[in-house]
Parts: sequence; C-alpha cells; structure tokens
Amino acid sequence: MNGDRFRPADGRRRRAGAIFKAICLASIAFSILMLLLLLFDVLRDGWHWLSVDFLTRYPSRIPERAGIKSAILGTLWMMGLTALVSFPTGVGAAIYLEEYAPKNWFTRILQTNIANLAGVPSIVYGILGLAIFVRYFALGRSVIAGALTLALLILPVIIIASQEAIKAVPTSLREASYGVGATKWQTIRYHVFPVALPGILTGTILSLSRAIGETAPLIMIGALTFIAFPPRSPMDPFTVLPIQIFNWTAKPQAEFHELAAAAIIVLLVLLLAMNATAIFLRNRYQKRI
Amino acid sequence: MNTRYKALQLRALGAVLILILPLAACGGSEQAAREDGGLTGMVTIDGSSTVFPISEAMAEEFQIANPGVRVTVGISGTGGGFKKFCGGETDISDASREIKETEIELCRENGIEPIEIPVSMDGLTVVRNPANDWAACMTVDELKRIWQPGSSITRWNEVRPTWPDEEIKLYGPDTDSGTFDYFTEAIVGEEDASRDDYTASADDNVLVVGVQGDGGSLGYFGFAYYEESADVISAVAVDNGDGCVLPSRESIESGRYAPLSRPMYIYTKAQALAKPQVRAFIDFYLGNATTLVPEVGYVPLSAERYAELAGLLVEN
Repeated sequence: MNGDRFRPADGRRRRAGAIFKAICLASIAFSILMLLLLLFDVLRDGWHWLSVDFLTRYPSRIPERAGIKSAILGTLWMMGLTALVSFPTGVGAAIYLEEYAPKNWFTRILQTNIANLAGVPSIVYGILGLAIFVRYFALGRSVIAGALTLALLILPVIIIASQEAIKAVPTSLREASYGVGATKWQTIRYHVFPVALPGILTGTILSLSRAIGETAPLIMIGALTFIAFPPRSPMDPFTVLPIQIFNWTAKPQAEFHELAAAAIIVLLVLLLAMNATAIFLRNRYQKRI
Repeated sequence: MNTRYKALQLRALGAVLILILPLAACGGSEQAAREDGGLTGMVTIDGSSTVFPISEAMAEEFQIANPGVRVTVGISGTGGGFKKFCGGETDISDASREIKETEIELCRENGIEPIEIPVSMDGLTVVRNPANDWAACMTVDELKRIWQPGSSITRWNEVRPTWPDEEIKLYGPDTDSGTFDYFTEAIVGEEDASRDDYTASADDNVLVVGVQGDGGSLGYFGFAYYEESADVISAVAVDNGDGCVLPSRESIESGRYAPLSRPMYIYTKAQALAKPQVRAFIDFYLGNATTLVPEVGYVPLSAERYAELAGLLVEN
C-alpha cells in the first residue's frame, strides 16, 4: 500500500551481484591455480625423463634404465578387466532398479545402500577383495582379483549414473513404444537403453578414471612393487602405475623422484584420454535424440 | 528408427572396445620366446621395504641373466612378509630384523622351516639439522632419555646443560617399520618402546625434509637416506662407551658403529630351495652381493662371509 515501503536499493543489489560473481571467479581461479601449480611442478621434474624408452622399459634400480612398461600394461589390463566386469553388472543393476524393481521399502533400502557404498573408503574394498577374491575364491594376488575389487569399488557410481541416465529418457518415448504394441523388453532394448547409453558411458568412464588412480586397495590385495614382465593372463601377478609412482617417491635418490613425476605425467595423459573419450561420446550421441 | 539406433549402439560399444583392446595387443608377443634351455618358473619375494632395494636390484640382474625366470618383489613389511611366507605364499621373505619366535611357530604349523641368510648391513643413522652445531655426538644414554616412552625432554639443554635452550623437534619412522623396531630395541632396550609425540612417517624422504627444515630437529632412519642427503642434513656420532663413532660404510661393516649397525636378512625354506630357479636366484644373490649391495646404498658383508653362506646353502 505504502509507496515509500518500496526501496529499489539498486546500488546494493548490483553490488551484491558483483561480489557474488567475484567469489565465484575466485573459486575457479583457486582450483585452476592449484591444478596449474601441480602440473607445472610435475612437468618441470618429469619432462626430461619422458621418452619412448621410458614407456617400453621395465623398472630398474638405475634411473637411466628405468621404465614403466610393466606398470602401464598392468594398468591397461586392470582397466580392461574392470570395465568388462563393472559395465554389464552396473548397467544391469541400474536397468533392474529403474524398470523392473517394485517401488517398495525393499527397493528403497537397496537404493540407500548403493548410495552409501559409493562413499565407503577404498581401503575397505581392498580388505573385502583380499578376503573374498584372493582367499575365498583362491584367485591369488592376480590381475583378476584386483580387477574384481576395483569393479566392486566403482559399481555404486556406475549404477547411480546409469539410473540417472535411464530416468532422463522421456516418458513419451516409452509410451509411444508401448503404444505401437512393443513389449517391455523391446521398449528397453530398442528405445530406453540406446537413448540412455551416452549418459551411461560417461558415468562408466568417469568411474574408471577414478579406479585408474587407486593404490590402497590394490596394495591390500597384494599388487607387487617390482615386476619386470607384463601380465600374460588374468591369473598373473601385476603392478599398476600408482604403485610404481609410490615406490619411486619413497626412494632416497632424487632421480627417482623425477622418474615418479614422469610416470605421473603418463598417468595424467591416460586419465585425460579417458575423460576426453567420455566427453566425445556424450557430445556425439546426445545430439541425436 | 531401429537401424539408426543400432548403428549408434554399435559405434558406442565399439568405443568401449577401443578402451579394452590394447589388452589383446600386449602379452602375446613375448610368450613364444624364452625357451633358451635355461631356467624357467617364478621366484616370489615379499617383505621388508628396507631390504626391497637389494632384492629389487638382484631380481633385475637375475632376470637379465635368466630371461626364462620371472621374479616378483613386494613390500608388505617384515611382519607382513613373514605372514605370507609362513602361509606358503612366497619363496623368499625380506626382513630387516630376525624372525620372531611367534613367526617361527606359525611357519612350523604349516610345515615350513625358515632358513635365515644375512645379506647386508645397514646403519641406522641419527640425524640433525646442519645449523645444530652442538649435538655432533650423543651417547646411547642421552638418546635413550630422549626417545624412551614418557620422556619429558623437550629442549636441548635438558639433555646436556651446556647445550642451548632450544626446542627439540623429533622425527622418526612409524611403528610398522622394522627400523622403528630395531632402533627402540637398540637404544631404549625394549622393542617398540618409544615416546609417541614425534613426527612419524613411513616415507623416509618426509623425515629428511622435516629435519632439513627445522633447526632444532633430531631424527633417525636408514643409512642410504642419510648418504643421499648428506649435503642438507648432518649425522650424529653415537657414543656406545668407546668414544664417538660416525656411521660410514667402514664403521657399519666392522660393527664399530654400535649399537645401531644391523644386519638385514632374506629367509627361505627347503620347499623353495627344491625349485632350481629359487636356488639359482639365491646363489646369484650371494654371488653378486658385494657389487650390488653398495650400489643401492647398503653396506655389504665381506666376500668371504658370502662365500661361506653360499657353502652352507649347498649343504642344505
């Protein structure tokens, strides 16, 4: 009613806006700066050790002779097997939860537990992997035992990401499918799954990117520190890049700390490649809906 | 509609396969070779991270000489290594201390009789910041008074009244370390008895950096780490009643650097020695120790001692 109750306070509102923007800018600047510092430090130490030889040689006590072949191959094996195990299981679980599971208290408990599992520290998965895969199933300290452990570790994230992707499929699409007489299986197979696939793949690759840097659970299940041959089967012993890095940083000689930096660069490049794939897949397939 | 989705799906799955495919490329290439009539099979080693550099060097050289044999070395720690060794999982266990009675019993329950082989010496080095020009030499008793459990010493002049009134900052390995076990045993007189208000790290490089950045600091770790960083930190000579002795390759080997000179061991068992590749590896270990042990920063035993150990092994 009262005209003088309205105070535009234009200056103050604009100032608040400007301050908010500055805070946001400072946040991004801080994270980028930290990342750049890290990258700069690693590149400065490790750059001159990078070479083809570094990638194709086995570890050595002599820095000039040392390479990361067994670690790279171990990491690739590990990622491949982890993806093979976690992708079908994770997507299957997500499809069941979204499409088939009855909406009752039991499903809700399942759902809550999956979300909680995503936050369990990785070392706990290591202990679990040691007890179940290494000892109980007698897989030994092998690539497959490690891959199963990492698959368990990232399953919750894959399930949740896939569920979100499936949820995002428009209801109209399903209804149209049912409308022309498709069965539930046909609807999921030909309409829901293909449309959700980019989101599912993004989630899977991002969680694999997490698994690639894991050290603690693999040390727990018995990944080795010095190994000068590549795994030839899933039952072989193995090492991975983060363990090789850890081993080198713990040595007294400064050259090995630089080698560790070089290995970190390789790991970062691998990670970047995986994330780039995720972004590429998402952009490529999202447009078509 | 369907065909478009199908093509889309195929390509997406193809992308996943690309991530996995490099696997197929590796492994296969090296499979066929390696049948040079020599030794084959695996040698599995695990245990102390302190002994690791020696076993790593041995494994590297041995595999160059015997490309058919695959040697793996892990670092579960001395205790963790014995657990696997006594459980029958490994052929050789690295140890930075002697095997304990309880561990021998565990081995025997599984029909394993551990065989001890000393492979080198190490000198636990007490270190100070170079700015510390007073504590160039300390007695075992002084070290004990600083490090024993419940010690209330926080300033240098409480150790020796002539020393400055400056705070002592302590650095040492964490309690899982064999180095910690040995230091407490040798200095305090009881294994694992130590004050706990010190900066502990499993990574000796962290301790080096800590001592380097702190004028009143005191720490201890293996000789190899001191040797590598002798330009930024200084050693404390230790007086065990016969005058001050600085750690050096000579004083550690002769045992004059007491009580902090310690032998390091590998353990094996008859079941493992029955495998020709394990026996060959241990022969190689003892035969090359005089050259490879110093390369990785440790102090070798005498050549005669290694020959004698190799002789004992033949009888076994």
